[in-house]
Amino acid sequence: MARVVFPNHLLTFTGGEREVEIAAGNFRQLLEALETRFPGCREALGKAAVAIDGQIYQDAFLEPIEPASEVFFMQRIEGG
Amino acid sequence: MAEAVDFKVIGTSPVRPDGVDKVTGRAQYGADLNLPNQIYGKVLRSPHAHARIKRIDTSRAEAMPGVYAVICGRDFPQAAHGEIGGESGGDVSDLAKNIMARDKVLYHGHAVAAVSARSLRIADEALAAIEVEYEVLEPVLDIDAAMAPDAPLLDENCFTKNLPEKPDKPSNIAAVMQLARGDVDQGFEQADVIVEGEYRIPMAHQGYIEPHACVANTNEAGQSTVWCCTQGHFEFRAMTAKVLNMNVADLKFIASEIGGGFGGKTVVYLEPLAVMLSRKARRPVKMMMSREDVFRATGPTSGTHIKVKVGAKRDGTITAATAWMAYEAGAYAGAPMGPGAMAIFAPYDLENFKVEAYDVLVNKPKVAAYRAPGAPQSMHAMESALDELARKLNMDPIDLRMKNAAEEGTQAPYGPKFPAIGLKKCLEAAKAHPAYSRPLPEGAGRGVAVGFWFNVGMQSSAEVHINENGTVTVVEGNPDIGGSRASMCLMAAETLGVPYEQVRALIGDTESTGFSNVTGGSRTTFATGMAVVRACEDIIAQCRARAAATWGVEEDQVLWEDGQATPAPGVNADIKPLSLADIAANAAKTGGPLLGRASLNAQGAGASFSVNIADLQVDRETGKVDVLAFTAIQDAGRAIHKAYVEGQLQGGAAQGLGWALNEEYIYDAEGVMENAGFLDYRIPVASDLPMIDTQIIEVPNPSHPYGVRGVGETPIVAPLAAAANAVRSATGVRIPDLPMSPPRILAALEAAGV
Repeated sequence: MARVVFPNHLLTFTGGEREVEIAAGNFRQLLEALETRFPGCREALGKAAVAIDGQIYQDAFLEPIEPASEVFFMQRIEGG
Repeated sequence: MAEAVDFKVIGTSPVRPDGVDKVTGRAQYGADLNLPNQIYGKVLRSPHAHARIKRIDTSRAEAMPGVYAVICGRDFPQAAHGEIGGESGGDVSDLAKNIMARDKVLYHGHAVAAVSARSLRIADEALAAIEVEYEVLEPVLDIDAAMAPDAPLLDENCFTKNLPEKPDKPSNIAAVMQLARGDVDQGFEQADVIVEGEYRIPMAHQGYIEPHACVANTNEAGQSTVWCCTQGHFEFRAMTAKVLNMNVADLKFIASEIGGGFGGKTVVYLEPLAVMLSRKARRPVKMMMSREDVFRATGPTSGTHIKVKVGAKRDGTITAATAWMAYEAGAYAGAPMGPGAMAIFAPYDLENFKVEAYDVLVNKPKVAAYRAPGAPQSMHAMESALDELARKLNMDPIDLRMKNAAEEGTQAPYGPKFPAIGLKKCLEAAKAHPAYSRPLPEGAGRGVAVGFWFNVGMQSSAEVHINENGTVTVVEGNPDIGGSRASMCLMAAETLGVPYEQVRALIGDTESTGFSNVTGGSRTTFATGMAVVRACEDIIAQCRARAAATWGVEEDQVLWEDGQATPAPGVNADIKPLSLADIAANAAKTGGPLLGRASLNAQGAGASFSVNIADLQVDRETGKVDVLAFTAIQDAGRAIHKAYVEGQLQGGAAQGLGWALNEEYIYDAEGVMENAGFLDYRIPVASDLPMIDTQIIEVPNPSHPYGVRGVGETPIVAPLAAAANAVRSATGVRIPDLPMSPPRILAALEAAGV
């Protein structure tokens, strides 16, 4: 199961849970599983950036998630 | 990723394709377009930093001969709340109110009305005829005062976001953010040495040379064409459509050449106003900001107040670090405190840390992006504290950083593990660089600091057209700020195997090429470059198919080598290779013109690190600081155009030194900026700086076909602390606040009794 970690500013959507383990084949499925677990979280998590195994995605959707993957939600990066 | 380093053109420094037009004055910038029957738009700006608008009477202005249209807040549709989207954070409703105030003005210079008239003189007279009645309110100009519980409120509906519970009353703190790992109390208990610092930096502007300008032309069907200087015409189109509640299909945006942006031209100011005025006047409307307008009414970067505490063992191992940081958002929420918080400890492998960041409303212009938004301020604090830590430990400052440096596999403070990164190579290069060991003149000081930026990818499109003689036209959607046309041409030439001189790049408008996000976030060479490479690969696949058809062999029996289709080993040896020109010349017989396309959302932008070495001298009588030498070392992944990568490093150093030494927004007690011009807001000029030495480190980014990392933003991050640490070294006095202008230097030296 993938290890999924949330930053402080998203904890309001996870009932304060900072870290969970989720089984999913890709990011879309991960969001669905998280929505089931934390109803109402999908929109906020879908807008966040995410790092999957060290690679940062601003707009993840179909990126594969492995059983041993580490998934970190994070604030979107803007640049100048 | 291409592993071979024997590239043919990548890493060279050819003349930029747009260079001749730019140095001969032919290039068309924002204010250079003039259309038949054009009239002029101007903006009436608030004389108050904080006031309620009681009444606006435009009747006298509207009745004036030569005046075509007058608009104010009541003429705009109610923009719904929602994210601006694209690369820019923030709220659409706030964006709409920022470009034209509705019920309140929130900074001196806030737009309250606009006119279009036959001439600029008549437009000025019309502005003077508009009557605005204000109820003046107390301005909130200081970040600490703004956070106080009893501070006057900019927005009665601002409830701090990201708290576990919605606060029971509004405040000027728009949002908070926390990052933490481990146990900082335990970490500080383990420390042999602890340093603490408190750092303040005022607002500063990007200082691009070209003021904002645009021309909008709206036809009777309500369709508008807007020519403007922008970092991203597609995002400008989207923002204008949202603010004016228009269909994007009714808006065509054409990007002019751009005389600098640095993040400041990623949001609209004039464009929706020009569309509105043009719609009312049924004429093309040209609008141009003065330099004063640019300072007062466009987005600078946040002023900040940051506290840092770092503990370490005797051997330099950092055991704990904490940061408290408050960023000025200006009039509307959206300071870059998030990236600032995520960047501050990013270069270091820390077990225990805690960061607390605040997005704070003040009666100043709404901030906009500025190279590596938020990171220069936060990393100035950490890198200054580390300098003090090295002194306390009697340790070389580069060795201290090396001892704690992040590397591949290190868990970044913002979450993920770093892939391959170049920080340690940059530190090694700095330690070995002659600039780090050469003797200093008497009275001079040397400072070092590390810089970091995430870089982003995002969406890009590219087309590659093969002309009938085999020359190549690349069409992309990113305004060329830093030489990206040349970089696109180099990547296309390398991929196709043709000479650089046979490739031209042009920037299409929003109706003639596919969507691309802004030229910002250090993304263009990475993401749009990736699209160009993919479009060239599309061309190669087509060329192989056409060669196969010509020769009567299978496609997999055709290779693409050195710019020509060649038969695979073992295939009829008598077949003569076909060059791109050969295939193009015969295109009509093999399927028509060759057009390659690619569109993508580029992922895997590699983080970029830098190390700067600054030698500064302080005149103890005047407080003036001279930059004797400056060396910028940075991991570029792979430098596509070497000279332009060096230029980014040099430009970032120049801007960072200006920020460190002189640049600041100075306000009077009523919230009026007192130095809204380049005579008083002093950016560095050529005679202020030595030649900035550069060293490009190349740790290729595995996510890019040629290993590119963004290079545009990291260069501005380290100079602030490098300069502060050099002044500390030169004078023996830590000056924690920027800019280290002559008055501040003299005051600090006097206070220290040296």
